[in-house]
Amino acid sequence: MDGALVQNQSYVLTVLTFFPLFGTFALLLLKGDDHVWIRRLTLITSIIEFILSLFLLRGFDLGNGSYQFEEFHNWIPSLQIHYHMGIDGISLFLVLLTTFLTPLAVLCSWKSIQTHVKEFFAMLLVLEMGMVGVFCSLDLFLFFLFWEVMLIPMYFLIGIWGHGRKIYAALKFILYTMLGSILMLVAILWLYRVAHTFDLPAIQFMLSHGQLSLPWSTELLMFLAFMLAFAIKVPLFPLHTWLPDAHTEAPTAGSVILAGVLLKMGTYGMLRFCLPLFPEAAHRAAPVIAVLAIIGIVYAALVAMIQHDLKRLVAYTSVSHLGFVVLGIFVFNPTAMEGAIYQMLNHGVSTGVLFLVCGMLYDRRHTYEIKEFGGLAKPMPILCAFFLFACLSSLALPMLNGFVGEFMILIGVFDAHHFAWATWAATGAILSAVYLLWAYQRVALEKITVEKNAALPDASTRERVILIVASVVILFMGIFSPLFTHRMDATTNALLQQMRATASYEARARQSHSLTPRVAARQQNAHELAMRSVSLERRAQP
Amino acid sequence: MFPPLQDLYRIGPEIVLCVFGMLIMLIDPFVPAGRKRSMGWLGFAGTLVALASLRWAFLNRGSAYSDLLRMDTFSLFVHGIVISVAAIAILGSFDYLDNEKIQRGEYYALLLFATAGMGILAGANELVTAFVGLEMSSISTYILAGFRRTELKSNESSMKYFLLGSFATAFFLYGIALTYGATRSTRFDVISNALSSHAAGALLILGLGLIFVGLGFKVVAAPFQIYTPDVYEGAPTPVTAVLASGPKAAAFAVMLRIFYTAFGSTSHIWFWAIWVSAVLTMCIGNFAALVQSNVKRLLAYSSIAHAGYILVAFAAASEIGVAAVLFYLASYAAMTLGAFLIVAYVGGTGERRLDIADYAGLGTSQPWIAACFSLFLLSLLGLPATAGFLGKFYAFSAALDQRLVWLVVIAAINSVIGAYYYLKVIVSMYFWEPNKDWTPSPLHAPMFIALLLTAAGTIYLGILPDRVMQWALASARSLH
Repeated sequence: MDGALVQNQSYVLTVLTFFPLFGTFALLLLKGDDHVWIRRLTLITSIIEFILSLFLLRGFDLGNGSYQFEEFHNWIPSLQIHYHMGIDGISLFLVLLTTFLTPLAVLCSWKSIQTHVKEFFAMLLVLEMGMVGVFCSLDLFLFFLFWEVMLIPMYFLIGIWGHGRKIYAALKFILYTMLGSILMLVAILWLYRVAHTFDLPAIQFMLSHGQLSLPWSTELLMFLAFMLAFAIKVPLFPLHTWLPDAHTEAPTAGSVILAGVLLKMGTYGMLRFCLPLFPEAAHRAAPVIAVLAIIGIVYAALVAMIQHDLKRLVAYTSVSHLGFVVLGIFVFNPTAMEGAIYQMLNHGVSTGVLFLVCGMLYDRRHTYEIKEFGGLAKPMPILCAFFLFACLSSLALPMLNGFVGEFMILIGVFDAHHFAWATWAATGAILSAVYLLWAYQRVALEKITVEKNAALPDASTRERVILIVASVVILFMGIFSPLFTHRMDATTNALLQQMRATASYEARARQSHSLTPRVAARQQNAHELAMRSVSLERRAQP
Repeated sequence: MFPPLQDLYRIGPEIVLCVFGMLIMLIDPFVPAGRKRSMGWLGFAGTLVALASLRWAFLNRGSAYSDLLRMDTFSLFVHGIVISVAAIAILGSFDYLDNEKIQRGEYYALLLFATAGMGILAGANELVTAFVGLEMSSISTYILAGFRRTELKSNESSMKYFLLGSFATAFFLYGIALTYGATRSTRFDVISNALSSHAAGALLILGLGLIFVGLGFKVVAAPFQIYTPDVYEGAPTPVTAVLASGPKAAAFAVMLRIFYTAFGSTSHIWFWAIWVSAVLTMCIGNFAALVQSNVKRLLAYSSIAHAGYILVAFAAASEIGVAAVLFYLASYAAMTLGAFLIVAYVGGTGERRLDIADYAGLGTSQPWIAACFSLFLLSLLGLPATAGFLGKFYAFSAALDQRLVWLVVIAAINSVIGAYYYLKVIVSMYFWEPNKDWTPSPLHAPMFIALLLTAAGTIYLGILPDRVMQWALASARSLH
């Protein structure tokens, strides 16, 4: 488990993270009005990035639950900040999801972005760098850096190329997220104060080997600070109000990335930081969080049902589906946890496709109002077929990807003997069928009510490519799910194992504090010695 | 008796600055009106020579003139900040002064004298010397604030600054007198020794309080910040840039020496004063900035808020705290200097374009200026990978080290409030339609270099801060 001893430095992740940045610089060299080459260059960059990320699959060690492809350098020695990258079974697929969705986002903006084209694609690539960086960094400082830096391109994407109340939505998005993450920063600093390092594997090692134990109140406060940041990002039920605005006003590419990747950062953060670092707080807070998640599932489904704006409807489905993921994480059961990770990927792809379809409709009609559509299956059968396919994937039809994730989560919840939770969550699955199919019916079936719609062109070649690629992935993930889940097994087991180890050490440490002061003092000494040995060990490496 | 050569080395930077200042005053009458720019270049050369002379000063480090002044790592660090600020400000002033038709030699001379004063403040090892440095920098800046003498606002600025500043200095002087009465010395080390043998009496506490009033005014700590927005708004923008970075750094430096070195053993007494002042400063600065529509005024309030963040590190009263204050001063100097210089550039002749609305569409019409300004604003906001973030990070970390959790939480929430108004300017630059009626003036080389330097500093301190951090830590250690 000790990530401190990095034997073979690997540069894959660094290359993967910063490659889009090279694309950005190359873009800056192009002329601003050379739209064709700007688009091509961005597409090429993002496709190369995707191919590069596929190499991760080849080198990934299945049975290894710890971090792989690690890279470790000193960065700011005076604050013990290191440049430490690495991925495990959780982040592997999230990186792939990011690199997969970015080319799609580039393709879908091909025609719809006509102003400030260069800046748009540059922002998109910077955003990709930030996202990959978030998933790869194993140093709390580095993580926070990517986490915050990524906000800026997203902010510009919404604010410049968005629709309607875009400035309001952009500001709301960035301020909400910053408010959440600033308390996480305080918690990170506090953690540094007790652990004397920002290195995540080192802190995990210390916690699970009893070399560091947090007092209960500290642990709870830190957990809450981290959780607030992630819950806003997910978003968990009462904190979700930024999401419909941001999604609705963002350009299509922005929505795809926002729903596909950015929301996952919240759930990823819970898995990566909240659970392993603060297991006891996580256990105790789990009922509250699970109930909030379930409220989110049902509430967002009900709200989605009455939306008259198609994009807003899809945005609310995100809140509902991410509720499933959070629920899956906080029952601490390996099946549910894998289901949650898998559902993160599924949601990324299927909601991505839903947003893409919304964007294609918007390109044709410049509106998202459902009542403006109707009977679209006649003029554009292909587009509507893919729309239906994405809806079915999103509402978890068996054989498609959404089913696997939701099913695993529900089974895991049952396994953990939370019958009421599982029952309530299952209603969300039913409701999702209602709102998605009803929306599909109003958009694609029935009669054509608006004259203009009868003459709308069907999906172009470019759009077909996007939709086919994404749909193939949906089908593939629905059928060959073990290919994915096998790569998560070792990591989820290691994570749960580590939570148990940490929790037991903490329980013991707390018992000992209630013993005589002398015993406690001796333990304190032992603890300091152990910490020193860890820091020596860290210093010893190249 | 002639002073030993080493002492001269130790105040080398001040000598160089003053000599160049006087040279400018001497030559200025003989320079024809159209060629006053050359005085600026002379001043710039002066700052460069002063920077170079720091090397000899540091090689001969130690105390000078029977311990009145000290040249140590700490002093070197602050000297580095204030002299660089002056150099960059000179580069940024050329076009501004031409546009305003106030291109005169004494401007540069005053800037050099002010910087020399700040240098003395940074090295002062004794209260009266500190007072001399304070007066030297203050009086020069009073005049500079009113340099646009035909402008009403500039006059108001100068007058307010002068009157309130004189009061503050008087308080400071009174504090010195009381401290002297209580400890029979004005030297920091002697005061420190006296305090370690006797408990602090009422006289001394009163003295310290008055000193805090005097210096609090200079570092714009609440509740002595009232003058800031008016003075900063009225002063010529390049002067505002200096006011926000240089004197602040010097005043914080001397405050560190007084509070941390001389009165270090009474930190339990002044701790709460700093704590309350920090909270007030941050909150007042940020909340007032929220409603500003004038960018210059907005940055003035933001400068108050940043003084608050520095006070957070100050309240830590530890070695790391001192290092954090120094690092923050360096990073703040870089970003605020850059931001004000851009305000000077965009403001145009007569400083007519200061409103947030005037920045509309700058992202399209002047992408590089807008990108630079965004960088400074994002750094002021505290976005990672910029100097501002590392400054806050270090400051918060130092404060948490001393378990000042609530103070840090308040500061953290404040920094999010601050995000709103910085983003408001960025919104205007990128999201609003451009103003058609404005043709930007060309960006000349000196201003370009000034912006380049500040931007490079902001990024450098944000990504590779280690060297400066080590230096700041060494400076903090050298205080003992």
